[in-house]
Amino acid sequence: MPYSTEFLLSAYRTMKTIREFEERCVKEFEGGNIPGFTHVSNGQEAIAVAACIDLSDKDIIGSTHRGHGHCIAKGCDVGGMMKEIMGRATGLCKGKGGSMHIADIDKGMLGANAIVGGGPPLVNGAALAAKTLGTKNVALSFNGDGSANQGTVFEAMNLAVVLKLPHVFVYENNGYAEGTAANYGVGSNSLTDRNAGFGMPAECVDGLDFFATYEALKTATERARNGGGPTAIEAMCVRFDGHFIGDPQLYRGKDEIKNARKNQDCLKIFRERVIAEGWLKAAEMNAIDKEVMAEIETSVVDALAAPHPDPATDLMSDVYCSY
Amino acid sequence: MTNHSNNPAIGGKTSMKTIREAINDALREEMRRDPTVIILGEEVSGGAGCDGEDDAYGGVFGVTKGLMPEFGRERVIDTPISEAAIIGAAAGAANNGLRPVAELMFFDFIGVSFDQIFNQAAKFRYMFGGKSKTPMVIRGTVGGGWRAGAQHSSMLHSIVTHIAGLKVVMPANAYDAKGLMVQAIRDDDPVIFLEHKVMYDIACEVPDEQYSIPFGEASFPRQGNDVTIVAISNMVTHAITVADILAEEGIGCDVIDPRTVSPLDHEAILESVEVTGRLVIIDEGNPRCGLATDIAGIVAEHGFYSLKAPILTVTAPHTPVPFAPELEDAYLPSAEKLMVAVREVLAAGRSGA
Repeated sequence: MPYSTEFLLSAYRTMKTIREFEERCVKEFEGGNIPGFTHVSNGQEAIAVAACIDLSDKDIIGSTHRGHGHCIAKGCDVGGMMKEIMGRATGLCKGKGGSMHIADIDKGMLGANAIVGGGPPLVNGAALAAKTLGTKNVALSFNGDGSANQGTVFEAMNLAVVLKLPHVFVYENNGYAEGTAANYGVGSNSLTDRNAGFGMPAECVDGLDFFATYEALKTATERARNGGGPTAIEAMCVRFDGHFIGDPQLYRGKDEIKNARKNQDCLKIFRERVIAEGWLKAAEMNAIDKEVMAEIETSVVDALAAPHPDPATDLMSDVYCSY
Repeated sequence: MTNHSNNPAIGGKTSMKTIREAINDALREEMRRDPTVIILGEEVSGGAGCDGEDDAYGGVFGVTKGLMPEFGRERVIDTPISEAAIIGAAAGAANNGLRPVAELMFFDFIGVSFDQIFNQAAKFRYMFGGKSKTPMVIRGTVGGGWRAGAQHSSMLHSIVTHIAGLKVVMPANAYDAKGLMVQAIRDDDPVIFLEHKVMYDIACEVPDEQYSIPFGEASFPRQGNDVTIVAISNMVTHAITVADILAEEGIGCDVIDPRTVSPLDHEAILESVEVTGRLVIIDEGNPRCGLATDIAGIVAEHGFYSLKAPILTVTAPHTPVPFAPELEDAYLPSAEKLMVAVREVLAAGRSGA
């Protein structure tokens, strides 16, 4: 067996946690319990977990507006996340960040980022710190097929190559930049060809296949850790929901989402593979399912009961270290 | 020479230093003291990958000259012309154990890097619930006078002063430049450090030893009881010129150099206006939503009953910085324009309380 049982169970548990967290976010948003804008990543779980499962808290990731999955995969506390997304004082960011700015520096999670393409330049900085301090830590930025067209991302890729930074660029290509197709917005048609043009190893993988994605990212991460510089991995995937919760998705084809949920579900693909290979038993995963459902339920109950921030003390704090 | 009467006495040897040399000293000493301090930007050394000399520039104004030979290219990093990537790398590194000093060759280039400054670096600590700190410095040159035209001469301090999460420093002499740069590097928040490009060769006595000047504490290059003049950066030069001329007429100008505009020493300004009752603010920035109107607003709100005359402002007009020398000279605030405003405010309004 190429993977330990512990590894496989961990991967499945994290993917399932993301799935249930996101599906529950939709429900809670629709129920009026989540303020603002929320973007969920259900359907894309395999990439987040494949990218983060081998990283330590000292390795840094930078995420996107669709960042819940990356947070969970990086080890952020699910209860703290749900409280944050509901704007509670005991949330991961004291309710000051919310879904689009959720972060946990202690876990090496440098933040979701509500500016498309905002993250990769910053992740270069984390990689530069690792290189300068000689820590052997790596940094990994999540991008979409949308942010792939931002100039900041081009600049970040070039600088990463020039300075040989330990930075893995992950492109989650779900086919849609908000409501515009990647095959319209990416002028070169192939992100991976374009990424290679920056002078770094570039590869395209099936992001629905946890194992293919994991192996590509493992190679990229090891290369970065060993001083080999940046790599770009494009992972093809499917977004089960809209750009934001509530997006009517009129731009999507008839039955597209229904078919994707049926035939392009990375969790189902994972289960079928590990059962077929004889690596895990269905019962083991069913047991995890129950535990995850209970954890998510608890996170919602706790979040709904959690205190709101107090404007008298919380509005003006945390702007500066000193002023 | 600037009077540092309100600065703490610093013993030991002093040397005549230009602003350029003073900032270079501050950077070098901090890099020697703290291995996490790095510098990055375009030609901060110069010559990377070229066949000719290393350290060919030391920054386009020579401020970082000699640092790469001492600290190496790992700590004095020449970057491609990618301002967003420069600022982003500094901000990300600052969150991960370094104290970067990033250079924007001309501060006009915030245009292509502004997201990384105001949406990222400035907001991290707040968005992350106080969990992060971002000890970075962004150095940039500001101001007109070099006939550099609209895209290399702007005075954009008001734009960054507007942003919560940033600190904005504008030294007007070499003594302040060194002490404020040391403080900027040691500070745990993102600091915008704006150097006026016509001032680099202006010298004064500067202590050889390292010292820091706290942010938010104004200095008083001239003191007097008849009119308050608030000036920053190169405008302090004009304020001193005017104050010295009027002193010969027996008119006392209280010249206030805030030194940092975020945080701003409100108290120093309000206390001075309480004594003089008359206020002129000179600022090289454009007039709308600028530092001059900001300070005028603060005094109108909190010092209204001290005022004996309307507040006057002397600023650039509401235009881009022009190129032709005649036009640029007409654009820039000057000692002459300030003198007109000061005489007007002295003549206007109610006579002494």
